[in-house]
Amino acid sequence: MIFLQLFFEFARVGLFAVGGGLATIPFLQDMGARTGWFTNADLTTMIAVSESTPGPMGVNMATYVGFQTGSLAGGPLGGAAGAVLATLGLITPSIIIIIVIAGFLQKFRQSKTVDAVFQGLRPASTALIAAAGLSVALSVLFAVGGTAEHTFAVHWPALILSVAVFVCMRYTPLKKLHPVAFIAAAAMIGAVLQF
Amino acid sequence: MNIYLDLFLTFAKVGVCTFGGGYAMLPILQREVVEKKGWATDEELTDYFAVGQCTPGIIAVNTATFIGYKHKGVPGGVLTTLGVVFPSLVIITAIAAFLSNFADIPVVQHALAGINAAVVALIAASVLKLGRSTLKNGAAIAIFLCVLALAAAGSLANFGTGTLGQVLDLLTSPAVLIVLAGAAGFLLYGRKKGGAGK
Repeated sequence: MIFLQLFFEFARVGLFAVGGGLATIPFLQDMGARTGWFTNADLTTMIAVSESTPGPMGVNMATYVGFQTGSLAGGPLGGAAGAVLATLGLITPSIIIIIVIAGFLQKFRQSKTVDAVFQGLRPASTALIAAAGLSVALSVLFAVGGTAEHTFAVHWPALILSVAVFVCMRYTPLKKLHPVAFIAAAAMIGAVLQF
Repeated sequence: MNIYLDLFLTFAKVGVCTFGGGYAMLPILQREVVEKKGWATDEELTDYFAVGQCTPGIIAVNTATFIGYKHKGVPGGVLTTLGVVFPSLVIITAIAAFLSNFADIPVVQHALAGINAAVVALIAASVLKLGRSTLKNGAAIAIFLCVLALAAAGSLANFGTGTLGQVLDLLTSPAVLIVLAGAAGFLLYGRKKGGAGK
């Protein structure tokens, strides 16, 4: 039963992939090789679509793989069912594990030890977010870290747009705007000026 | 509005406004969840990202579950998580069914390049906001700089496949850095009388 199998395959990804959406890719490669549901070339397309659509990338990947695999078995309706089951599979382990951890943390909120540990975690967590932002910045603005090795090229239009957005949202009255307004504006600028 | 419906819809909004990995949802979470709804503080968001970083599951989902559970228990955790994945289900299913060459359309690629440039700026602004509440003393700033240097080295450098390379790969992986920082916090503050003063 391919639908049940989709659920459990993605529950496995949800259980073992630790970190951001990119962490799911090795697990998906392995899944494709074992089940024959999709090839590595299919996977590349799926990654591209997941990156260019709204929604966290890891979730998009699960939905996309679920749809493609389900539609092989049951047409568009099977695709929709596959998308739902793969996505539910991906999130089920997280829901259970995080609820257990959150319950534990709530119980020990007053503990000096837990408080001390979090005093160390907060700056580290901030640093990891900064590092992730930095690596996105390097690849988007300077073409570093992509598929081509040892390249460095300034993407002037992207760099100017990025600086402009940053200045607008920190130092001008536009900072009251919702972040998605900047995203929408940037999408239009990118499309019109052919970034 | 019913609080459960509100949790679901707010996270559906977070999902639809997120482009990229889990970190790209941070600016949206700060606006919707911290500033508008008051369901969490900036400090709590960094806690959730820290825990989400070293527990199974992708960060975006883990963070959504955390906030929902904290606010309304198990039903809250389930609803925020379903909310954050709901837009992906609808949008990806539609694209996979009708636009299989979506990512190859030139205008989509140009728009995405613009979006990515904006996301870089949004994340930078979010980090500055977080830093105001998480980097208040010298020890915190020292931990921040160490982790930033190691994580950046880990994502940019190629350490090779030798034993040393593997050790370095492990040392610079986010989950290990989080565990080390937690241990540093324990050693720095855990044994002082009265804990970490605020």
